[in-house]
Amino acid sequence: MFKPRIIPVLLLRDNILVKSVRFAKHNYIGDPINAVKLFNDLEADELVFLDIHATKDKRAIPIYIIKEIGEEANMPFAIGGGITSIHQIKQYIKAGAEKVIIGSQAAIQPDFVFHAAEEFGSSTIAVCIDVKKNILGKQIVHTHNGINKTNYSPIEFAQLMQDKQAGEIIIQSIDRDGTMKGYDIELIQSISKQVTIPVVALGGAGSLQHLQQAFTYGYANGLAAGSLFVYHGSNKGVLINYPNKTERNQIFTQ
Amino acid sequence: MPQTIAIVDYKMGNIHSVYKKMLHITSNIIVTNSAEEIAKADKIILPGVGHFAKAMKQIHELGIFNTLHEHVSIKQKPILGICLGMQLFANTSEEGNVPGFGWIDAHVKRFEISNTLQYKTPHTGWNEAFLVKDSNIMNNIEENTPFYFVHSYHYICNHQQDILLQTEYEYLFTSAVEKNNIFGVQFHPEKSHENGTKLLRNFVKI
Repeated sequence: MFKPRIIPVLLLRDNILVKSVRFAKHNYIGDPINAVKLFNDLEADELVFLDIHATKDKRAIPIYIIKEIGEEANMPFAIGGGITSIHQIKQYIKAGAEKVIIGSQAAIQPDFVFHAAEEFGSSTIAVCIDVKKNILGKQIVHTHNGINKTNYSPIEFAQLMQDKQAGEIIIQSIDRDGTMKGYDIELIQSISKQVTIPVVALGGAGSLQHLQQAFTYGYANGLAAGSLFVYHGSNKGVLINYPNKTERNQIFTQ
Repeated sequence: MPQTIAIVDYKMGNIHSVYKKMLHITSNIIVTNSAEEIAKADKIILPGVGHFAKAMKQIHELGIFNTLHEHVSIKQKPILGICLGMQLFANTSEEGNVPGFGWIDAHVKRFEISNTLQYKTPHTGWNEAFLVKDSNIMNNIEENTPFYFVHSYHYICNHQQDILLQTEYEYLFTSAVEKNNIFGVQFHPEKSHENGTKLLRNFVKI
């Protein structure tokens, strides 16, 4: 039986791991390489690393960090943040990344996604769509770590990215980020219904039940979360964790 | 003399992770795209991610098509194809409609999914592989073990006896082939935790 991937998302800032709430209030989590070692032991399906300040600082993720992660990771991992050129992607893949995640640049220059997919194959190119509701409650695609608004609705942008040969859509709710109150299932489902490429749910997961909801009702192919896998307990003590095999099987057989 | 295994780097995708994994298993491993070094090796691994037609073009441009063909098809050196590497063993692929190596009598076609809400393409994630025939490369690997897949195209074999593993993704497709010295897996053993490592170790032992 096919099982959706359960994916810890780790945020890099100045080479350390942090975790945000609604894209702000960054909390120190630890060292990225140490986290990879722990997720190896826990047999995580896949990892995602996002450098949250790269686009804003007009820089790319430092290659040496990706190499270090690549040396350590026993599972596929994807890298995102500030990616604007084919050359960068080439270096990241060479350094061991399985996939790259294009964020802001996909909205600024949608054809960049097409060129990247042509060069590296669709399955190497994921697009992360950051979505925030406006004051009227309408979902709007944002860039630059949630700062800049675009004119795209998530559905039309997801369709555009599929047309540009993206291999995967990561749909992230900024409003749910770090809240641990559950995914925006309606948003995830609307994207899953629109596209035929894999959809990864991100933003708001706080329990294994939330993962199950995104799978069952959101039709998500990947279940991604930050806080869920780096915090423990109600006072949010930092503890790298991941569901074991029995727990994972329970999620997908109900 | 210990055997040498050559990982063919024809500039398609992530060679690094295959190399790193193989280094844990054996020290006699090289990454190369030189015809001479491929000819000297005892075994060959053909990895690769990306576009079928582009991959074949690279192989021709590097001048290694004939070398690979001679050492696999005539000298019968064991070869393991991973993902796109496995697909190149077929006669042809819908992805670009150019000839592959033709070692396995098969063609490669895109997934034809009806329920696109549940079954997305590329097929990405962990899925079980069912054993179709006995094979040394599957020694000590549990039945129906999950492996990590990322692909949009899959094999259609013309001969049932070439099929080693099958996997279900809306329908059953061929997820591994084996014919004499030729082994191909659609999934990524280098990214499939312990069972993937076992498969690679079995290939070294063959």
